[in-house]
Amino acid sequence: MAAASPGATHAIAPERNLRRFAWPVGYVVVILFLFFLYQSILPSLVKPVQAPILAWLPVATINECLMWAIMALGLNVVVGYAGLLDLGYVAFWALGGYTAGWLMAFPFNWTFNFHLFSPVRANAPGTHINFWLVCIVAGVLCSILGLIIGAPTLRLRGDYLALVTLGFGEVITQFFRNSGDIAGYNIAGGDPGISSIDPIGTGPLGALGVAPKLLTNSAAGNIWKILVLGLLVGICIFISLRIREGRLGRAWLALREDELAASMMGVPLVRVKLLAYAVGAFFGGIGGVANASGITTAVSPSGFDFGKSVLVLLMVVLGGMGNVWGVTIGAFLLSWLNSNGLKQIGVQFDALAGTNLEASLPRYNYVILGLLLVLMMLFRREGLIPESRTKALMQMPSRTEAESLGADSLEAEAESEAVEHSDAAGDAKIAASAAAMAGSGAGTGHTTGTGPRREEES
Amino acid sequence: MVERVLGYAIVALILVWFVANIVADPDRFLGSLLVGLQNGLLYALVALGYTMVYGIVELINFAHGDLFMLTTIIAAGLMVSLLGVTQIGLVSVVALLLALVVCMAAGGFINMSAEFLAYRRLRSAPKLAPLMTAVGISFIFRGIAQQEYVNGSAQKNWPISWGGPQVEGVYIYKLVMVFAVTVPLLLLMTWIVSRTKMGKAMRAVAQDQDGARLMGINVNGTISFVFGLGGALAGAAGVLYFLCQTQTYYDTGTQLGLIAFTAAVLGGIGNLTGAVVGGLAIGIIQALNEGAAYGLGSNWSQSVVFVILIILMVFKPEGIFGRPTTEKV
Repeated sequence: MAAASPGATHAIAPERNLRRFAWPVGYVVVILFLFFLYQSILPSLVKPVQAPILAWLPVATINECLMWAIMALGLNVVVGYAGLLDLGYVAFWALGGYTAGWLMAFPFNWTFNFHLFSPVRANAPGTHINFWLVCIVAGVLCSILGLIIGAPTLRLRGDYLALVTLGFGEVITQFFRNSGDIAGYNIAGGDPGISSIDPIGTGPLGALGVAPKLLTNSAAGNIWKILVLGLLVGICIFISLRIREGRLGRAWLALREDELAASMMGVPLVRVKLLAYAVGAFFGGIGGVANASGITTAVSPSGFDFGKSVLVLLMVVLGGMGNVWGVTIGAFLLSWLNSNGLKQIGVQFDALAGTNLEASLPRYNYVILGLLLVLMMLFRREGLIPESRTKALMQMPSRTEAESLGADSLEAEAESEAVEHSDAAGDAKIAASAAAMAGSGAGTGHTTGTGPRREEES
Repeated sequence: MVERVLGYAIVALILVWFVANIVADPDRFLGSLLVGLQNGLLYALVALGYTMVYGIVELINFAHGDLFMLTTIIAAGLMVSLLGVTQIGLVSVVALLLALVVCMAAGGFINMSAEFLAYRRLRSAPKLAPLMTAVGISFIFRGIAQQEYVNGSAQKNWPISWGGPQVEGVYIYKLVMVFAVTVPLLLLMTWIVSRTKMGKAMRAVAQDQDGARLMGINVNGTISFVFGLGGALAGAAGVLYFLCQTQTYYDTGTQLGLIAFTAAVLGGIGNLTGAVVGGLAIGIIQALNEGAAYGLGSNWSQSVVFVILIILMVFKPEGIFGRPTTEKV
């Protein structure tokens, strides 16, 4: 915990330059370790060591976790940074997935064949475009969709915003469900969706014989997918971290904390909000492609329900809104629990107590996730690894409550205290500048909810 | 100004659509209208639960639709498995009344417990916290309904058959049942809110919690009562919905809950008359879209409802009966 006084910030400036490289190096080490663990270390280990690792953390689960991390990081931009509650995030996941379906498969009566840097054999029918290009295309398409969704919601706030985004999410899912026959055209295969989407190709590595040419859902393919998806997650983390420190990121934070004050201070609300949607949607599109091409190899409308939107939101809230690392950890934890963890906990418990939880525990995943969410909200609202500013805000009553208690005089004090309690010097700097952007209102007590926590009346 | 013109244009478009449907096929229009009335009243019951809770604690109770879904399952279990009702006629009125009482009590109890255990502790928290809690509780309800011993994750059909005269494919008894249950409940609601002491307390708490507390009103008790009332209405809607559809599904709550919420917003959230009018409007528009001559069909009914919601949010977020609010500094 570094002290956050201006002097300290100045003194550690050279160190900060070094620390800039700390997380990329650490992240690469973790991903490479995971890769080599499954690629070369595990096969050479004895069975009693190897089996539990494979049981608790199968390679397929790691890939799923990484894919969900992309989604959570994307939603974090919208909800965590800009404070725009989005309950229809699944729309972007779906559109990304369907983009992969359109550009990386032989969906339906496709009349022309088109190949572009694709790893599949050249005479295969249908459109086959390189995974990375499709990621970009899907990202751009989703950003456009994000702008379309964002535009009518610009004036809404809070609950209404949540509802409209939810409506958009449902409309888009229903569009894909009915897409088998839209005015007589088959656009996206309707209920069965599009299957056999191209797996990720490895390009030169595959040509050299180092990696399998196509990363299918085989054991070897899954291990190599750790690297590909890990790279995508790394890019998303990098963008998230950098964008937060820039002008746009600070504008988002100001917007999140008090829209009115931010607009008074000259934050261009329309542009900043739309950009939040666009950037979040871009990530969502990449997540959709990663899911369709790397994990399920098929897209169908039944996978894109409201529950998925909530699951991603849960990852963001559980991990700690606004904190990139918290969100990543939240995504890993929840997707692990969802795909493998609950079952494995059941297996372990069965072995100890002789019950039969292996089958029943995964069936209760909705109940368990719901309970987790409620308990988090009751006892640790700010998430597992909270961002310092969110923490301060989440523990204080809303503005009107504080005012009605006559707490105005205490607010400025609490605000400066919150800034001082920031974990890192960098955070404090950002926070201070965001507060400055949010206006001098911060000092006079007009930002959202600061003041002592209200007593629970009973 | 442009917005007002656009708003009128949309209303005019809907009217033209209505008239075109009447002209093209009056019989189908009538049938759809009856179905719409029947569904609309159910939506109104559920929408009232949303709107009352929103009016008093400014919370979109995402779990309300799933609470409704739970009560459909309770009603199914009680009426078919326990009482063995397979025919709806005069004889089953007693069973219907019993199911209504049980489901209303269950709905009220579950909603009040949720309020007591979760929302109450989050009343002074930022808005996101109770909203997420509601989502969590809705997950719990869905998870419970998905268990095999409750309902299972597939749609479950119950052997209930309707008899009696029909008009354009709509059972008259169904319509009568819905009217006979819904209208007295709505009147009772109006009476409670406008004439009783509790209603006065509700209105006071909705206006200003601290002020109400200073006037000696038991704020927690009042809020709890509102949740109970909303839950009871959802319970009644659950019984009627089950008897009309004769099936139960763990996902009905999300779908119908969203529609009902749209109805509440359409009427102006927090406004009780608005919820009823909105429910009827949404029910009729949805039924016409599905059944009348010019409609997109049931494949698109969700989309139609949500497009209405989105248009409404953009042009008239305060709804038909609501008052516009301005941001205070």
